[in-house]
Amino acid sequence: MRKLIVAAAAALTVLGGAASAQETIKIGYIDPLSGGGASVGEGGLKTFQYLADELNAKGGILGHKVEIVPLDNKTNPQESLVQAQKAVDAGVHYITQGNGSSVGAALADFVTKHNSRNPGKEVLYFNYAAVDPSMTNEKCSYWHFRWDANSDIKMEALTNYMKGQPSIKKVYLINMDYSFGQSVRATARKMLGEKRPDVQVVGDELHPMLKVTDFSPYIAKIKASGADTVVTGNWGQDFALLLKAAADAGLKVNWYTYYAGGAGGPTAIKQAGLEGQVFQISEGIPNSGNKAAMDFEKDFRAKTGISVWYPRAVNEMRMFKAAAEKANSIDPVKVAAALEGMKFEVFDGGEGFIRKDDHQFFQPIYISSFGSLADKTKEPFDEENTGWGWRIVSKIDTAQTMLPTTCNMKRP
Amino acid sequence: MAELIVISTLNGILYGMLLFLLSSGLTVIFSMMGVLNFAHASFYMLGAFFGYQLTRWIGFWPAFVLAPLLVGAVGMAVERYGLRNTHKHGHVAELLLTFGLAFAIEEIVSMIWGRSPVDYRVPAVLDFPAFTVFSTNYPAYKIFMLVVSVVIFIALLVTLKKTRVGLIVQAALTHPSMVGHLGHNVGRVFMLVFGVGSALAGLAGVIAGPSLVTQSDMAALLGPILFVVIVFGGLGSLPGAFIASLLIGLIQTFAVALNGSLASLFGPLDPSLGASPLTDIWNVTIAQVAPILPYLLLVLVLIFRPMGLLGTRES
Repeated sequence: MRKLIVAAAAALTVLGGAASAQETIKIGYIDPLSGGGASVGEGGLKTFQYLADELNAKGGILGHKVEIVPLDNKTNPQESLVQAQKAVDAGVHYITQGNGSSVGAALADFVTKHNSRNPGKEVLYFNYAAVDPSMTNEKCSYWHFRWDANSDIKMEALTNYMKGQPSIKKVYLINMDYSFGQSVRATARKMLGEKRPDVQVVGDELHPMLKVTDFSPYIAKIKASGADTVVTGNWGQDFALLLKAAADAGLKVNWYTYYAGGAGGPTAIKQAGLEGQVFQISEGIPNSGNKAAMDFEKDFRAKTGISVWYPRAVNEMRMFKAAAEKANSIDPVKVAAALEGMKFEVFDGGEGFIRKDDHQFFQPIYISSFGSLADKTKEPFDEENTGWGWRIVSKIDTAQTMLPTTCNMKRP
Repeated sequence: MAELIVISTLNGILYGMLLFLLSSGLTVIFSMMGVLNFAHASFYMLGAFFGYQLTRWIGFWPAFVLAPLLVGAVGMAVERYGLRNTHKHGHVAELLLTFGLAFAIEEIVSMIWGRSPVDYRVPAVLDFPAFTVFSTNYPAYKIFMLVVSVVIFIALLVTLKKTRVGLIVQAALTHPSMVGHLGHNVGRVFMLVFGVGSALAGLAGVIAGPSLVTQSDMAALLGPILFVVIVFGGLGSLPGAFIASLLIGLIQTFAVALNGSLASLFGPLDPSLGASPLTDIWNVTIAQVAPILPYLLLVLVLIFRPMGLLGTRES
């Protein structure tokens, strides 16, 4: 009996020792889990938790388990810094964030300062959706990696598509009043002016970010302007409510958007009856036709109840694993070095790579439109039980998405 | 342009009437008890969430009646067991109680219903365009909201001005001890007024929930505006609150609709000056400053007419 206890104790010690050697990789997920941005933040959290489970089921990263630590930043830059510090104190070496470039810029600044002050305790910032171009241009940081195409790349592709649509005559711009919205508005004006000088910009609106609960005054204004097309970078409830108000007022225009597919968006589009009139630019859609991605989509929907809204998050996590394996280490400094210039087969097919000069990930992007689905076998996925889904109208290959950068990277 | 004016006026009046449903209760409670009820917007939120939950269980119309009653009951309980006990410690204690209550309600709501918006929909019978002005549809539900607010406004006015109950309430507003001496139960009057005030806020929540967003930060979004309304209208004045609500509703809606900026008024700044913070200010449109206009108004009113539009005393 005594022998047995000793053996058990010894076994426990060994197991305990093994566990501490196999330290888990904690990823701090800093995004809104309350307030106006909560609906998108919660979707992102579910996505990352699903991806962590997927990695763990296949043995984790180099044998380390991956854990997502949710931290609520209320879409507020100051709050995000508090949460980032909290995460770092709890032993987090990787943070990920996406919603709000104002937050993204603050976090990039945070990791840059933190890493220069605390050598040996570096933290990497994986950005999956904050698309303000400045983060990979004048404000670029070695410790920041962005998996989403930046706003300029998206606008370049959108305006290239709009160039071939002669029905567009009067464009109305409506955006959220912060760095990203302002950048969308400025680039839209510039690029439309170059590519379609005949198009008239009849309105250019900035509204408070995630604070407006009734967009009907804005819709009345769009209507009065006589616009036939609206271009917007709105996301989360700011898109859903904008479309809801448009549906109520019976506004029938074409919408060129960045984030129409976010929570509440598809429902509002269906309600407004805008079949084939809402376009979105993204790095992937559920009905992409790529078998692996569609199998993933099916399982993801069954387990989380939402659709894959962040193919870029899938790329981010899978590339993280690939980079750690390439470096044979989970040390952030080595992972960062491995990520630079790394090539990767993306979620929806095709090759993408991280440009060394600015840490921007380049990948094929798609313009899709929202409407009824004719062929249920080829296009099985609808959104939010509306019966309508996304269909690709244009694909832009990686090579065509590359814009120059002004980044002057300071390497450690 | 005419279309924009008509639609903006309708939207502005609607928003104003919603503000009035909320501020009427707040201002009556204030003039009676001398307490600014910080939790008032939370009752509005409770109304929306009760409305949502009851709609799922028993349908919209029963919820439309029951939810405000429930909120009224919660309000009465708060007065009876909370405020009445803190009353003897002075106004600061009462103020702090309502302040704490606002946070408690927000946390409880987000614990029960989560922090994301809930799916509170317009009932199917009211989900159609009521009429078309020029080419814009006006939703029937918004007309319904407007009608409900107007009916409540008239009912409130008649009750306060024409009935015996209103007489006692009005008397208790200014001379509570005299009303007590005359044999009326002033405590109960307070409790009922608090209950009715909360129920009105609850009603506003029930009808605004499907049209706006029902989520746990809705109280925080609307709360500050309410204080602007009652200060602007004159603390304790019902007609003042009415005028202020409509004015603020219209100002906010029309400010969004206007495009003017200093640049459009006086022409752009000389480009040779280059980009500076001044050019930013110069190019800000009225639409962009729309959200801060009410607060600017609050500051101006406090400086130049501290008793508000129709208020009678300074406090």
